[in-house]
Amino acid sequence: MKFKIIPILSILFFFIVFAIFFKALQKTSFYTPNINFEKEIPSFSAKIFKMDIEKNSEEIFIGNQFYLINVWASWCVPCREEHNFLMKLKEQKNLKIIGLNYKDKEKNASNFLRELKNPYDQILIDENGTIAIEWGAYGVPESFLIHKRKIIKKIIGPINENLYSEIEGIIQ
Amino acid sequence: MKNIKLILVFIFLCFLNINQSLANEKNLIFKITKNLRCLVCQGQSVHDSDSEFANSLKIVVQKKIDEGMSENEIYEFLKIKFGDWILYDPGLNKKTYILWLLPILLFLIGGAIIIKFFKINKIK
Amino acid sequence: MPSLIGSYSLLFGLGCSFLIIFFSIKNFKNSNLFDSKILSFSLLQLLFVVISFFGLILSFVISDFSNETVFNHSHTTKPLFYKISGAWGNHEGSLLLWLLVLTLFISIFLLNTKNQLKDYRILTLLFQQVIIIGFFIFIIKTSNPFNYIYPEPKEGLGLNPILQDPALAIHPPILYLGYVGSSIIFSSALAAMTLNWVSKEWAKHIKKWILVSWIFLTLGILLGSIWAYYELGWGGFWFWDPVENVSLMPWIALTTLFHCVLVLEKKPILTSWVIILSITTFTLSMCGTFLVRSGILNSVHTFANDPERGVFILIFLFSLIFLALFIFFFFYKPDNVKINSFFWLSKETAILVNNWFMMYFLSVILIGTIYPIFLDVISSEKISVGPPFYHKLIIPFLIPFLLAMAIGPKLNWIKSDLRNKFYLFSFLIISLILSSLIIINLKIDFLVNTILISSGFYLFFITTRDFFVHKFQNLAQNISHFGFSLFILSVLFNNIFSSEIITNLKVGETFKSKDVIIFFEKVTKKKGQNYETIIGKFNIVDSENIKQTLIPELRIYNQPNIVTSEADIKINLLSDKFMTMNLVQNQNYFNIRYQHKPFMIWIWASVSIISFGGLISLFKKKHEV
Repeated sequence: MKFKIIPILSILFFFIVFAIFFKALQKTSFYTPNINFEKEIPSFSAKIFKMDIEKNSEEIFIGNQFYLINVWASWCVPCREEHNFLMKLKEQKNLKIIGLNYKDKEKNASNFLRELKNPYDQILIDENGTIAIEWGAYGVPESFLIHKRKIIKKIIGPINENLYSEIEGIIQ
Repeated sequence: MKNIKLILVFIFLCFLNINQSLANEKNLIFKITKNLRCLVCQGQSVHDSDSEFANSLKIVVQKKIDEGMSENEIYEFLKIKFGDWILYDPGLNKKTYILWLLPILLFLIGGAIIIKFFKINKIK
Repeated sequence: MPSLIGSYSLLFGLGCSFLIIFFSIKNFKNSNLFDSKILSFSLLQLLFVVISFFGLILSFVISDFSNETVFNHSHTTKPLFYKISGAWGNHEGSLLLWLLVLTLFISIFLLNTKNQLKDYRILTLLFQQVIIIGFFIFIIKTSNPFNYIYPEPKEGLGLNPILQDPALAIHPPILYLGYVGSSIIFSSALAAMTLNWVSKEWAKHIKKWILVSWIFLTLGILLGSIWAYYELGWGGFWFWDPVENVSLMPWIALTTLFHCVLVLEKKPILTSWVIILSITTFTLSMCGTFLVRSGILNSVHTFANDPERGVFILIFLFSLIFLALFIFFFFYKPDNVKINSFFWLSKETAILVNNWFMMYFLSVILIGTIYPIFLDVISSEKISVGPPFYHKLIIPFLIPFLLAMAIGPKLNWIKSDLRNKFYLFSFLIISLILSSLIIINLKIDFLVNTILISSGFYLFFITTRDFFVHKFQNLAQNISHFGFSLFILSVLFNNIFSSEIITNLKVGETFKSKDVIIFFEKVTKKKGQNYETIIGKFNIVDSENIKQTLIPELRIYNQPNIVTSEADIKINLLSDKFMTMNLVQNQNYFNIRYQHKPFMIWIWASVSIISFGGLISLFKKKHEV
């Protein structure tokens, strides 16, 4: 009796291991954090682009409006891809776009905006990348959609056609 | 024989004195950042990495330490922002019972098998 | 042209496999003598694989970019040495190298076993051919190194600069010799099982193969570590990275197997266990290949991901596992009658204890490596399992392990007592006193460290004593165990006494702390063969007032365009000084990392000593007790 059970069990065991590995192969090993969650926005203060003032997050995100905070840099190539969509989103009435200029030089950033036009209502400066960390961002570009001081959507990587229409859908 | 031993001991103590001063300088930030995974790298810790993300995270951790946050509070803070994936040390919780306890269980089973082996031997 | 020859020769090699199988089966059934045709075909197969391998190397040397592998991994400006090593520095080429070693080993096996049973030789060959055919098909179907591109590109994409390194050029071949050596153990174990010939004689004969694979695997891992230490630029040598773990697992299994075979050589106990270990070792090697090549893991060393490859190796791996299980359960009839009893205090027990701990370490590493994959599949939760996990579960268990390692070899076979073993006890006291002195002296209030250092010292003293007392008796074992004690001690002291400074500096600036002054004197630019380099010059004054100049580099490679940071390491008998510099985005300062790493060279030396012990064991004539 015992002689039969062990083979069957071990074969069964290896089959399960096989199945799990097989399933794991279909998944990607690149990490994407949970995207759908509602969270309070972090509190921080940041310098304003080309101005010598510092603002608190409480002063920036006010009222019932939607905000889109977009982490960008002039040296970031995919940022150029999403720029057009940002320009289109600028047209939206109840959406304000806040830029978070990530580890950039002021001169390069100005040139970038002059070349591609400026979609931002306000630009904050993140000189050493710490504000992006507070937001839970780990690279450029990333964007967060905010409503009533809550993050309602997190976008990793450039905004594309689909994401654009999704944002449009949410804010209307 | 004895002399050799004494010499060995002496040499070792000498080695250690040289490094004594350096030993005390370990600080909290290294300990914490070594336990954080650099999310944009492939299998590197934040401490070991020089990527943009890692460099910024080091500044943030230093800031939190200065603000008086404890090690665990910093882990908690980062876990909320980036998920469990960022911590190299998977604490003992619902998700990791098997991870921590299975090896120990196997160790105990191994011990039991060896003891049983002797019992069978005795009978024979 | 070389590509074309290589490509066809690969097909002919596969053809040989079928001829070999055909003649082997015929020979197995009909004759009592070994058919020399089989040997000839095996050698012919080896020849074809060699031709194919040299075809690939030649394509790399002449930069034949109509070959896809060459195009993806080479460049005309690359130095010749790295063109050659580039041939196996990529997925396709490295698999061809696997195949080469597989066929090489089975040929050596056939040439070396003329005195063994005919049936045993043929069966081993047959099982080995199953593996070889699997690899042939894998290479030809999913990762052919001779794929053709038309029109021919003018220039290649280049080899990743961190792979352009002498240590990494020889690391894969040596590591594969270790991995693949375990395939012979696997085939031979299956053959011995089928014939019910798991005996003392078999143990004596397979021991050599175990030793050979073990030595190569040890050296391969060592080379990989040394490379990681100076090339990856953060001064560590072991990161518990999944890819490192998968090379350590077969090593642990091989070490355990070796100790078990020592018992089996003496008397027929533990037979089933030896068989299980033989199978496990190769399975773990293959499992490593699977984990690394399928891209299922997130690691420093990931090769290009291709799900198709992953699926193939997975199916292949599990076919082998099921084949082994099938033979184990249905062919193998271990005779349990002849259990020789032994006293609890004996060398056998010590080896059992060794096995027990080794299997525990193995299970920690195995579970730590694959648990995240399982959790992700089952619950979609992603967690990381890193160094803290392994340290917590392994370090405490090292203490009894080291003690057993010191005492075990002192015991006799079958039955032993503790008379005349007074020194065992006195050394323990000495070690304890010594390490508590060290710990108190340095104000490290960590109990585990004290005990661990004591047990390290204990093994160290016991083995050192043996060199003087027993001279050449048990030399091989003693050398390896001595090496291991040295290894543990150096790693511990390295861990406790390493220090590190990370800071940002501009040219001309000085960093001061109470231990060290770093002055950033200047940067100079230079041109290498396929890179430009920025060399920083740093003057360092340490607490002992010793002045040194370190010159870390930043290399900007042309193809692919990657910046690597080359550490400058000042190696010293007692400690290394290690320095790297890195660019910071949009800033005019450099990120400087200065490390003081004691006993680094002792870590490398001790691992070499460990494998040297294996080498002596391989060549000595008389059997040891």
